[in-house]
Amino acid sequence: MDEALKFHFVIDGDNFTSAGEASVEVKKKLRQLGFPPDVIRRVSIAMYEGEINMVIHARGGVADVLVYPDRIVIILEDHGPGIEDIDLAMQEGYSTAPDSVRALGFGAGMGLPNMKRYTEEMHIESTLGVGTTITMVVNVQ
Amino acid sequence: MTVAEMACALNLEEIAAGDTQREVTGGYAGDLLSWVMGRAQAGDAWVTIMSNANIVAVATLADTAAVILAEGVTLEPEVAELARTKGINVYSSAQDTFTLCAKIAALL
Ligand SMILES: Nc1ncnc2c1ncn2[C@@H]1O[C@H](COP(=O)(O)OP(=O)(O)O)[C@@H](O)[C@H]1O
Ligand SMILES: [Mg+2]
Repeated sequence: MDEALKFHFVIDGDNFTSAGEASVEVKKKLRQLGFPPDVIRRVSIAMYEGEINMVIHARGGVADVLVYPDRIVIILEDHGPGIEDIDLAMQEGYSTAPDSVRALGFGAGMGLPNMKRYTEEMHIESTLGVGTTITMVVNVQ
Repeated sequence: MTVAEMACALNLEEIAAGDTQREVTGGYAGDLLSWVMGRAQAGDAWVTIMSNANIVAVATLADTAAVILAEGVTLEPEVAELARTKGINVYSSAQDTFTLCAKIAALL
């Protein structure tokens, strides 16, 4: 049907300082495109949490954002360790982040729950030792 | 109240400045970045003791009006520079988070 605007980002797994740049870029683009603040906010939160997770837990990955007039689709793919128990990982407060990462303010175990809360749809596909792909949809209304 | 007026009223030290004429419409205190991302509102003054580079992305994404570093925390020069290039207002204060929040609340 309608053509999507596509954005592709490589998320560097070794660089904590640049973590979040892809999300900031997407936010800027959505602003220029005139999306409502609430939509931009929800995309920003969901994508940032996913981006940070790829840096902390999965040695980086790639992010694709598809912008349709009525929805924004975020696809995050990594080749990290995978998630053993997705239900457990989705629980608020559950985190395997090391202390070094917690000292930076991450590892609250709120990332996946936030991604779920601020999107209309969220699918996690994960295989141990292979990687994780998370697809999220934010509806524009 | 603008960011500049708040900085003046609270005697904050400027670390990085973007649009200091921006209106402060609320406040949020916290150091866990996921909480700040999910709960802080656009236009908030964000009070924290976190000083690593990631606060710049969080402040940008959450669209806070200003970051106030409590307890005398400051930024490394590279982080301050990053905040400056991104147009993020960052201030430092020797006061603790509770005191700063109480004063901001009184000003709002
Ligand atoms: N991309 C990923 N690859 C592997 N494990 C992940 C990934 N994302 C999340 N996880 C696992 O799920 C847990 C919960 O994630 P999250 O809710 O974002 O909390 P946090 O990142 O603060 O630990 C993480 O601690 C980690 O064990
Ligand atoms: Mg996380």
